Formats: sequence, C-alpha cells, structure tokens
Amino acid sequence: MTMALVSYIQAINQAIDEEMARDPLTFVMGEDVILAAFGATRGLHKKYGPSRVRNTPISEAGFVGAAVGAAMAGTRPICEVEFASFFYCAMDQVCNQAAKLRYMSGGQARMPITFRAVYGAVGGAAAQHSETVYAQFLSVPGLKLAMPSSPTDVKGILKSAIRDDNPVIVFEHLSLGRLREEMPAGDHLIPLGKGAIKRAGDNVTVVAIGAMVPKALKAAERLAADGISVEVVDPRTLIPLDLDLILESVAKTNRVVIADEGHLRGGAAADLSALIVEKGFDLLDAPPRRVTSLDVPIPFSPPLEKAAIASDAQIEAAVRELAGH
Amino acid sequence: MDLGKDMMLEMYRSMQRIRQFEGRVRDLAIASEIPGFVHVSIGEEASATGVCAALRKTDRITSTHRGHSHLIAKGGRLDRMMAELYGKREGYCKGKGGSMHIVDFALGILGANGIVGAGLPIATGSALAAQIAGRDDVTACFFGDGASNEGTFHESLNLAAVWKLPVVFVCENNGYGEFTPMETVTSVKDIAVRAQAYAIPGQIVDGNDVFEVYRCASEAIARARAGEGPTLLECKTYRWEGHVVGEQAFLGSAGYRTESEIEAWKKKCPIIKFEQFVLEGGKIGKPELDRIVNETQAELEAAVEFARKGILPDPSEVTDDVFV
Repeated sequence: MTMALVSYIQAINQAIDEEMARDPLTFVMGEDVILAAFGATRGLHKKYGPSRVRNTPISEAGFVGAAVGAAMAGTRPICEVEFASFFYCAMDQVCNQAAKLRYMSGGQARMPITFRAVYGAVGGAAAQHSETVYAQFLSVPGLKLAMPSSPTDVKGILKSAIRDDNPVIVFEHLSLGRLREEMPAGDHLIPLGKGAIKRAGDNVTVVAIGAMVPKALKAAERLAADGISVEVVDPRTLIPLDLDLILESVAKTNRVVIADEGHLRGGAAADLSALIVEKGFDLLDAPPRRVTSLDVPIPFSPPLEKAAIASDAQIEAAVRELAGH
Repeated sequence: MDLGKDMMLEMYRSMQRIRQFEGRVRDLAIASEIPGFVHVSIGEEASATGVCAALRKTDRITSTHRGHSHLIAKGGRLDRMMAELYGKREGYCKGKGGSMHIVDFALGILGANGIVGAGLPIATGSALAAQIAGRDDVTACFFGDGASNEGTFHESLNLAAVWKLPVVFVCENNGYGEFTPMETVTSVKDIAVRAQAYAIPGQIVDGNDVFEVYRCASEAIARARAGEGPTLLECKTYRWEGHVVGEQAFLGSAGYRTESEIEAWKKKCPIIKFEQFVLEGGKIGKPELDRIVNETQAELEAAVEFARKGILPDPSEVTDDVFV
C-alpha cells in the first residue's frame, strides 16, 4: 500500500488542524486566514468556526500585539503575518514584548505564540516581499526561529512550535509549497533544536538553511557525479541550534559551506560560521565558505533577482573550491 | 451613587497607598537608593483607584511606564513592589524588570510596560483570550495621552471594536508626553473624541474625582462584560512631579511647566477632594481616615525594610527565564 503524498502547504494545514482539534484554546489569527491566500489555513474556519479562525485587519502592530496579550492570558494563538517583511510593522510587539516579557516578569509570563510567515524570493515580488528577515531576530533573545525545508519537517516542527510555551517564528518559503513527501502516520512531532542530515557524505559539509536545502541537494547530486561526496545538514531551527550535529559532520568532512538565502553581513551564515570556527577550529582544513544572497535589497526584474539570490550553482562552486583543499 | 462605607474606605486606602508609596520612591530614587528610571503618579491616584475598584479580581489590567498606581490599585503588594525597585530577588520579577515592568499574574496584572502604547494591543489580546475561552473577564487598559498618538492605539481600538472585545481603554490624560505639552502634538483637544473614529463610546471623565471615575468605569466594564464591546474613557488629570524622577538634573533651568499650573492642579488634589466629600457627608469621620493614613505609613515602612533586607540576585540567575 502506498501512502498519499502530502505537500508542504497541506502539511501546514494538517499540523494546525491536528493541534486545534487537540486544544480548544489554540486558535488562528492573521491576514486572510479564512480564505487563506496560499492555502495553509483553508477549511479551518468552516471546521472550527469564527471564534477560533479570525481574519485580522491589515494591522500588524495591533494583531501581533493582541497575540501577545492573548498568549499571556492563557490561550495559544497561531498568528500569521503573511510576508515575513511585514514583521517590520510589528517589531515592538515581537522584539520588545513577545521576546522579553517572560524574562522581564521573572518567569511569570508564558508566551505560547506561533508566528507564521512566508519569506524569501519567489519570483518578481521585489524587495519588500522577498526578504528572509530571520537574521533580524537572531540577536533578539527570547525567540525561537524555525525554517523547515520539507513537508514532513514543517508538519513536525509546526506542531512542536504550537505546543511550545515560548514564541516561535516559523518561516515558510513559498518555493517549497509544492514539495511532496510521504507523511509519517500518527502524532508526528519534531523537537525544536534537532537538525537533520538530508544527505550523507564524506568530503564537504553543506549546512543549508530553509529553501537552500533543496538547492544544496541539487548541487550535491551533480557533485556526486564527479566523485565529490557532500553531506547536507539542515539545522531546521536556528534557535535553538543543533550545533552538535553540524560539528559532528564537520569532524568527518573537515570542510564546510554554509548556504543561506539571507544576506552576507550580519546574517545567519555569518553567525553559523563564527560558531563553527569558535567551537570547531581544529576540525577545519579550510576556512568556512558562505554562500548567501548579495547585500542588496532583492530586486524585481527576473535577471536581477536571479543575480541577487544564492543559487545551487554557487553552492556547487564553493564545494568544488573547498574539495580541492 | 451609594458605594457603602467599606468600599469608600478601601478607595481611600488605595489612594493613600499610591500617594505614600510614590512619595517615598521619589525620595529613595533621588537618594540613589533605587537605581534606574522611576516615573511616579502623584496627583493621578483617582483614575487608577476608581477603575480598579470597579474590576473583579479575575479581571485583568495592563499598565504603563508610570504604572505603580495601577498595580497598587489592583492589589499589588508594596513590599514586593519595593523589592523589585531595589532589584532584589524578592521583587515581583526577581529583579529582572524594575519600576517599569512589574507584573503579578495572580492579581491579573499583565504588566507595566516601558514602551508607550505597548499595553493597548496586549490588553486587546487579553480581552480576546477571555472571549475565546468563553469567560466574562474584562481587561482595563491604562495608557497616557502620549500613547493615543501611537499607531497601536488606533489599531487596538479598531480591532477591539470589530471583535466587540471586553476591554476598557483608560486614557490618563495628564497633559504632557514626557516634556512636550499634549496640545502641541495632538490633533484633538479631547482624546475621548477619537472613539468616534472606531464607532465606540468615548467619555471625558474628571480623573481627579474617584467617584466619577468609578461610576464611568463601572458602566464601561458592565458594557464590556455584557459583550457590547470596548469603551474609551479619558480621565483628565495631572502629574504633580516631573516626567521622570530627577529630571531637574538634566533639564537644568529649562522648564516646561509653570509653577502656577502645578499649583492650580494641586488645589484639585484627588485625595483632598475625597476627604472633603466624605467628611461633609458625615458617614465617615476624620479618625477613620487618619487610621488608614497611619496604617499605610506602617505598611510602607515595612515595605522599605523588606526591600532593604532583600537579597540581590546571584549573577548565575542572569540566564534564568529566557525560555520556559
């Protein structure tokens, strides 16, 4: 018997549906969550009713702040901010409130919010709808950050995020939306802070974040034809971070490429590179290489967008260079 | 309205606790015994007291950087508040929050907040939680005239109105946003009229008359509890002290208020107004009020002693409570 294949978007829908069925205080709020522009929350309004699936006005500071209050007052909001760059309209609510109030209250507040947002370049959306954004939150203690790269990952991580009593931002890349996988049966949970080896290999480690995972796998396939064996490590969450898994891989390959769709300066790849060098300097035969998007706002015109965004070809080139060391 | 003697005495106690706590905190901050920024509410006792007197224990509040008054009025303990101001482990937040961030979930105090306007969406969300959970708890949201120019004010009133949330927005208009006169930066004379933009009731209240505040808040709370949605109350009041304790040190001779303005508002003192009213009514005698003044003094002395004797947090506690 073959299992039905589940898409990334369907997996999100399943995760939210299962968690809403499990807990009557879990609810969905956000921009167009009833119609669900990308399909993730479609059908939930009909199933759970208007109290638990709420369209908000386009009013990020207001409804993200309301999610903070609702979480502190005992409910479990799943709060959708359509595009990750819309978080900029609610930075106080995310960074000053959601992230800090547990600590500032001496541990009194619980903040069980799951934020969801799509991120990254998806073809002609231009700079205000194409940014990765998560690097901005990396240095805000109190937030957990997830970038699941496959249907099974997004389901397992989203379910864990919803049950987590801390604020978790789940970044979903639109380019992953049509990926399909067999979904494990039952209550499929993936703990936050547990990375995965997406392809085993011996010569070079590629730590790939979110949408860079499929690109890294593509590059690895081509490199294998030339006898270069690549191990693709997907941390799945940046906070908490499975640094042990990354270092175990680097201990085997002694070479590491970090691939991120974000920017070079102050980005997630910079952070991972520093951690790997700090904790694993003796493991390295060569300096880590970062493959990131250019430090420009993501442009609109297709050839410009392509020129700005980190590609599988760049991963391949970086691996070849390192493999020569 | 006939409040009953016990209720009136409790209101008096609340205002005395605020007045005495704030005066002492001001002195301790000037003496550098309390570190950091401290904003006191002397002169604004009636708005906090009148609103909180109309709330139930399970109702919630959000507060502001000038929040001691709201916390005290909702039942906050002076000793744990004072210990928090001293940065001691016995404080409400184990020394992690300080003056602008005191929280007591057991009393429904979701917290003071250092960001102007931050409490409005949080209060809206607290009311949303009550609605989703099917409880009839109401959330009262304190904020200042300055916050009414923040986007969060407008976004929260809209959201609360659209969803008919059980929240009462209480603007304490003390005439100044930090050091800037409200009328020079605000498009309207009365904040209450902004309610019209969101199709909810807006009401101007004498914020120095605790009985009027109580009456108006009671109506708004009843409305919220009945599922009829939010109300905006504007309590006109005044802070006798500066924006922040010790501001003279950096302002120097650059003043922003006249002595005559301050004196005029002191004549409208909410505590004296209360005393005159109840003593003229004859139901409460001077000795009963004096007893409350004295009891509050003793409570405050014990609170300062508690804070002084408290233990400073161990540096190892610095990483506690970032995550659950």
